[in-house]
Amino acid sequence: MKRASIATAALALLAAAAGCGEAEGGGGDRTLTVFAAASLTETFTALGKAFEGTRPGVRVRFNFGGSPTLAQQITQGAPADVFAAASPAAMKPVADGGATAGQPRVFARNRLVIAVPAKEGGKVAALADLARPGLKVVLCAEQAPCGAAAGKALSAAGVTVRPVSREQDVKAVLTKVRMGEADAGLVYRTDVRAATAQVRGVEFPESAKAVNDYPIAPLARAPQSALAREFVDLVLSRQGRAALTGAGFEAP
Amino acid sequence: MTAAPPAAPSAERAARARRAPSGRVPLVLLLPALLGLAFLVLPLAGLLWRAPWSTLGTRLAQPHVLEALRLSLVTATLATALCLLLGVPLAWMLARVPFRGVRLVRALVTVPLVLPPVVGGVALLLVLGRRGVVGQWLDAWFGITLPFSTAGVVLAETFVAMPFLVISVEGAIRAADLRYEEAAATLGAGRWTVFRRVTLPLVAPGVAAGAVLCWARALGEFGATITFAGNFPGRTQTMPLAVYLALETDPQAAIVLSLVLLAVSVLVLAALRDRWTGAA
Amino acid sequence: MTDATDATGTTAGTRAGAAGLDARLVVRRAAFDLDLALAAAPGEVVALLGPNGAGKSTALRALAGLVPTAGGHVRVDGTDLRHLPPDRRGIGMVFQDYLLFPHLSALDNVAFGLRCQGLGRKAARARAAAWLDRVGLAEHAAARPRALSGGQAQRVALARALAVEPRLLLLDEPLSALDAHTRLEIRAALRRHLAGFAGAAVLVTHDPLDAMVLADRLVVVEDGRLVQRGSPAEIARRPRTDYVARLVGLNLYRGHARGTVVTVRDEQDGDMIDLNVVDYLEGDVFLSFAPASVALYRTRPDGSPRNLWQARVGGVERQGDRVRVQLEGPPLSAAADVTPAAVAELELIEGSTIWAAVKAAETHVYPA
Repeated sequence: MKRASIATAALALLAAAAGCGEAEGGGGDRTLTVFAAASLTETFTALGKAFEGTRPGVRVRFNFGGSPTLAQQITQGAPADVFAAASPAAMKPVADGGATAGQPRVFARNRLVIAVPAKEGGKVAALADLARPGLKVVLCAEQAPCGAAAGKALSAAGVTVRPVSREQDVKAVLTKVRMGEADAGLVYRTDVRAATAQVRGVEFPESAKAVNDYPIAPLARAPQSALAREFVDLVLSRQGRAALTGAGFEAP
Repeated sequence: MTAAPPAAPSAERAARARRAPSGRVPLVLLLPALLGLAFLVLPLAGLLWRAPWSTLGTRLAQPHVLEALRLSLVTATLATALCLLLGVPLAWMLARVPFRGVRLVRALVTVPLVLPPVVGGVALLLVLGRRGVVGQWLDAWFGITLPFSTAGVVLAETFVAMPFLVISVEGAIRAADLRYEEAAATLGAGRWTVFRRVTLPLVAPGVAAGAVLCWARALGEFGATITFAGNFPGRTQTMPLAVYLALETDPQAAIVLSLVLLAVSVLVLAALRDRWTGAA
Repeated sequence: MTDATDATGTTAGTRAGAAGLDARLVVRRAAFDLDLALAAAPGEVVALLGPNGAGKSTALRALAGLVPTAGGHVRVDGTDLRHLPPDRRGIGMVFQDYLLFPHLSALDNVAFGLRCQGLGRKAARARAAAWLDRVGLAEHAAARPRALSGGQAQRVALARALAVEPRLLLLDEPLSALDAHTRLEIRAALRRHLAGFAGAAVLVTHDPLDAMVLADRLVVVEDGRLVQRGSPAEIARRPRTDYVARLVGLNLYRGHARGTVVTVRDEQDGDMIDLNVVDYLEGDVFLSFAPASVALYRTRPDGSPRNLWQARVGGVERQGDRVRVQLEGPPLSAAADVTPAAVAELELIEGSTIWAAVKAAETHVYPA
């Protein structure tokens, strides 16, 4: 009897730990869960606060991460209400699998810039400079959206770069530049904007060839489908757009 | 002055002591034991279950898989060698040389165990990176930059894996009978000779066990490696990195890579176990 | 105990600069302080004898440099080794459980010290093989220690210690790990090897027989101090402490002699008894007699025995082919040895009262 009760208690504990997110608050409180690309961290956190401010009893929870990883979590059944991806390619498997409620809509665009350490002056002025021998360049891995974009931009410019590393995501590229380990890296303009103290962004015209569209969609199996639609509307609204452009995104 | 019996009878007694008393295994122990086993084994079973067996051959034959595997084996082995070179003397110091603050040093040695490997990687960058405290001089004087190099991978793995070796070897040295070292000293052996010809052979099983743990940890290292050494196929992309990146786009490929890692480590560990730890 | 310790620490018979061992060992321990003067001439075997915890092994370890000394000196052939580490003392030591290196063959165990002396592997092995041959283990050269019997391991340990040709050989309970039968055999062999050893040797043991057979001189230690020393025969004949008396199997009393009468005071209850002896002495003396020379009677015997007293039987214990009877005073406690037949005849049971007698000629009296 005693053994059985211990086992039951342990299982109950596990169940509680697993379910604590969903049942949070109880009563009339509702929690909206948003899966969003890592590059949206600052903007969406601010938008989430605004969303909560106009809706008493509503909490917004974010899961920021690499878009392909998030997409995979969603297709594996993670309980999410909204998905905002850093590329259409990342949104595609979710939409194709019928996991979105309606067509994903592009709400922002991001453009690549060359990130260089803030203290290094003028060594890199154009994309072609990245091909200089001896220059340590880091790029995103081909699998990541930023890596795909970098590939597009470089091939459009006809520049061959031999990177010293292909980082797992754009933040890792930024870190390497920020710490001075790399002389340059290709990142999104928004990333540079968020780290101006240590990193400077160098714009280059070829980035127009590799603009990243950010699609967003409420999810079909959203536990909070009404809130999900409202949040997507907020992102697409004038207010949302202002927040995004303030962070360095471009309007679609 | 109780006389310790000669080796043979004491070994016999030890063997007898190891045999468990007969009787049923109590349920209180059996149940959690089985649960624990299932918890460890089921994820592996999941990998096997979901593995794309039909395309396994073609996926494995891809050059970047073999490249990553080769790099993993080479770096893990080099890291283990480095751990042995530095860790065994460190373990000896901790076990045999009484000095002030030995407890603090012992705690410091275990830091990489609790530190998230990514943080370990950042810490390595801060010290050995191109702008690091030590790294800037390495760069200025010798033109050596460790990040983004295979040497960087080895260092990252060494950093994370060394505590396993040090803890294991220190325990073995502590458990070793100090009187053998005394006997060697009376025969004219200085401390270095005692260490080399008596202590080390006596703790060889402990060193081997530590090296195996160390190698396994180095083989699976991800966080410190990708942070310190970056990710470039053939140079710094070890199997775990390849697995992680494959997971983003092609989970099936990730499973295949994981299986390869799993198979290789099981094979090597089993072989080593028979050879070293099993014999002792 | 008059000759127990010389204030100078230099033992009689050896002076600084002389060959052999001349040591004064001062070791501070939690349990007691050891302060012991010790000397051994080249070729001489000195046994350190004493009860458990008396400091014998500590003394040996101090000689070897394994225990730091707080004072004194350790001179071997005139050189003071006190501040040298063990590996530079040029001594050989046989440990209680031999401590043969388990990862080395018998041959390499013996060659170990030679290699440390800088000998090449081949030469060291050749010399080691010769030593193994001398201790009769040539055919076990390749064996690992765990494959050797206790007696074989002991001989390898001895060969290992002797191979470095030490100026001082230390043996810590070299026979205690052996069973009775092997012990007999190995003791004889050890005696032979010690006889052939040119340097000084110090042997620690708590077995009087080992000490008597192996040593030229005995040094008895109790609580870290020397209590008696002398040749085995002398010690066996003239014990000066209860411990030594028990070791050599004698009844020992302190008393006061006036001619051939010794007044003995029983240590347990303070009763006095006068005993007649043949040695003529005056003053404080030791008086001893063997348990076998005590005669027991159920009733008071008539006539001859002059040292006669009535005692209580405290215990009866069989020891080999005889029976040890513990007699309790007053007026005198003593051990008496009788035959098993006598036990029945005398109806010896614990608590019964009995008459005991010792002939004057069976006693031995010597100055205290």
